[in-house]
Amino acid sequence: MVKYIFKRLLHFIPLIFGMTFISFLIIKLAPGDFLTSIKMNPSVSKETIKALEKSYGFDQPVMKQYFLWLWNAVRFNLGYSMSYHRPVISLIGERVFNTLSLTVSAFLISWLFAVPLGIFAAYFRNRFTDKFIIAISIVGISIPSFFIAFLLMFIAAKTGWFPIGGVVSQNYETLSFLGKVSDRFKHMFIPLTAMVIGSISSLVRLIRGTVIDELEKEYVKLTKAKGLPTGVILFKHVLRNALNPFITLIGFDIAGLLSGAALIEIITAWPGMGRLMFDAVMAQDFFVVMGGLYIGGVMLIIGNLIADVLLALNDPRIKEREIEGQL
Amino acid sequence: MKNLYRKHKVGAVSFVFLIAFYFIAVLADFIAPYPYDIQFRHNPYQPPTPIHFFDEEGRFYLVPFVYGHKLVDPVFKQYTIVQKEKYPVEFFVKGEPHYLFGFVKTDIHLFGVKDGGKIFLLGTDRLGRDIFSRLIYGTRISLTIGLIGVLISFLIGLIVGAVSGYFGCVTDTVIMRLVELLMVFPSFYLLLALRSMFPVDIPSIAVFFIIVAILSLIGWTGLARIVRGMVLSIRERDYVKVAKVMGGSNFYIIKKHIIPGTLSYILVAAMLSIPGYILGESALSLIGLGVQEPYPSWGNMLAEAQNVTKLSSCPWLLFPGVAIFTVIVSFNLFGDALRDYFDVKV
Repeated sequence: MVKYIFKRLLHFIPLIFGMTFISFLIIKLAPGDFLTSIKMNPSVSKETIKALEKSYGFDQPVMKQYFLWLWNAVRFNLGYSMSYHRPVISLIGERVFNTLSLTVSAFLISWLFAVPLGIFAAYFRNRFTDKFIIAISIVGISIPSFFIAFLLMFIAAKTGWFPIGGVVSQNYETLSFLGKVSDRFKHMFIPLTAMVIGSISSLVRLIRGTVIDELEKEYVKLTKAKGLPTGVILFKHVLRNALNPFITLIGFDIAGLLSGAALIEIITAWPGMGRLMFDAVMAQDFFVVMGGLYIGGVMLIIGNLIADVLLALNDPRIKEREIEGQL
Repeated sequence: MKNLYRKHKVGAVSFVFLIAFYFIAVLADFIAPYPYDIQFRHNPYQPPTPIHFFDEEGRFYLVPFVYGHKLVDPVFKQYTIVQKEKYPVEFFVKGEPHYLFGFVKTDIHLFGVKDGGKIFLLGTDRLGRDIFSRLIYGTRISLTIGLIGVLISFLIGLIVGAVSGYFGCVTDTVIMRLVELLMVFPSFYLLLALRSMFPVDIPSIAVFFIIVAILSLIGWTGLARIVRGMVLSIRERDYVKVAKVMGGSNFYIIKKHIIPGTLSYILVAAMLSIPGYILGESALSLIGLGVQEPYPSWGNMLAEAQNVTKLSSCPWLLFPGVAIFTVIVSFNLFGDALRDYFDVKV
C-alpha cells in the first residue's frame, strides 16, 4: 500500500510543476501588472517604482522569477500580497476555513441525501417513486446554482428569514456559544442550498444508474433466492459493488473543496477562497493568484490520491497486483 | 426519428423547444419590440406591463390593450396607471428600423403598441431598457456559445483521443500526461486567470470568442480520455485489423473505422455538455468578465440582481435566470432522450 501511494505521489510531482509553470506564464503574459496603476500616478517617483519592482523580484528574467517562486512555494512560502500587504499564506489560511466550512458541509449533505435517494429510485425503478425522483433531479441539475442563490436572496430580503452575505452577524462576538454556531449556520443557508441542490440531483442520477446496472446482475438473483432481506442485499452486496465509480467521484469532490464554491462565494459575498481569487485576479495581485492556483492544484492532487487509495482498499485486485510486483 | 418521438415524448417536445429558441435567436430583431440598447429614460425599473382584455369598467376588448404608465416617485420608482391612455397591442407594427437576417432593412416588429405607448412584457432595467427585448437578443449569445464551444472542444477531444488511443505507446503517454496536466487546474480559477490575460473592455464579439476559446480549452480533456478508452477497444476489433492488413493508412483507418464507432456516444455527450458552456458564459458575464454592456447576455442581465435591494423591489430582474433554466432543461431532457435511444452510457 505504501509503495502504491508513493508511486502515485511521484506521478503527481511533474503535474504540479507543469501546472504552476503554465499559470505563471499565463499571468506574466497578461497585459499590465499590479504596479501598472502605481506607475500611472505622477506623484510616485521612478525610484520608488524601481524599488518596488526590485522588492517583488519583477526586474529579474521570467524563468528566474518562476524558479524562485517555486523554490519558495515548495516550502509554503507563497510571497506577499500587494493589495493586502500581508503574506499570501496567512491570507489564504484565513479564507480557507470559510470555504471549507461551506464546501465540506455541502459535500456531506449531498452524499447523505443522494445515496439513499439514488438507491431508493433504483430499487423502485420505472415506478412512480422513481419517476418522481428523476423528474425532480432533472429540474435540480438544470437550475443554475447562481439562480437558486438569487431566488433565495430575494426570499430572504422579502421575509427576513435568513441573513444575506457574510459569514457572521455584526453582533457575533456578543453571542453565546450556541448562538454563534446557529448564527454561522444561518449565514451558510443561502450559499449551501444553492450548491447542494445541483450536486444532490446529479449524484442521485449517477447512483441510480449504477445501482440499476448492479441489480440486474446474476448474483442479486441468487441473494434473493437465498431469501436475504432487502436491506442486506442493497446495502451489503449491491452498494459495495456499485461503489467504485463513486469513489472516483468522492476524489473529484475532495479535489474541488477549495475551488468548487467560487462562483457562489462571489455572488453571495461569502469571504472564502473563491472571492479572494476573484479580487486578486481583478487587482492583478500576482502572488495571491499564483498561491491560490498552487493550493487549488495541490488540493486536486490530494483528492485524486485519496480516491486512488480508497479504490485500492475497496478493490482487492489492486492489492494483489502490488504483491505480485506489477505496480 | 419517428421511433425517437414515439418512445421519448418529453425529449421530442424539448427538441421542438430548442428549435423554437434558435428561431428566436435568428429572428431576434423582428421578435423583440425594441432594440436592445434603446433607453427609455423616463421608465427605469418599470414593472412588467399587464395586458388587459377588460377595461376598468369591465368592458371587453377584442384587441387587448395596455395602459399608459407614469413615474410618480423617481426615488422609489413607483408607477401609476394612467387609465385614460389605452394602447392596443398589435401585430406587425412599425417600430425602430432593423436589419432582418443582417441585410433586409425593415421597421416591422412582431408585436408592439403605437403612438407613444410602451409595452414592457418583463419590465425594464435601471436604464429603462426593455428586459423582454434584451432577453430575446440574449438568446443569440447563450444558444450559440453552447454549440460553438461543444463543436470546438469535441473536435479537439475526438481527434486527440483517437490519435492517442490508436497509436498507443509514447504518443499515448505524452498526450495523456498533457490531459492530466490540464485537469489538475482548478477550472474556475483557470477561467479567471485566462480571462485576465485580456483587457476587460474589448468589443463584445471578441469577448465572445475569447470565452468560447477558454471554455473549449478547459472542456476537451474529459472527452479525450473517454474517446481514448473507446478507441483502445475498437482498435482490437477484427475489421480494424483487416483494414490495416489491406494497407489502409493510419489517417484513413482513424477517419473511416475508429471515429464512426464512437459517434453515438459523442452525440449524446455533446448534447449533455452544452449546458456547461451556457452556464460558463452566464457565470463569467454575471461577475462582469464576460459579454459587456450594452450588448445583452443572460448572464450580464442577471448581474443587476446581485444588488439585494434592487432585487427585492424589482423581482422581474430574475427573468434571464428563468430563460437559462428553460434552455438548460431542454438540452438535458433532449440529451437524456438521445441517450436512451442510442443506449449509450454517459
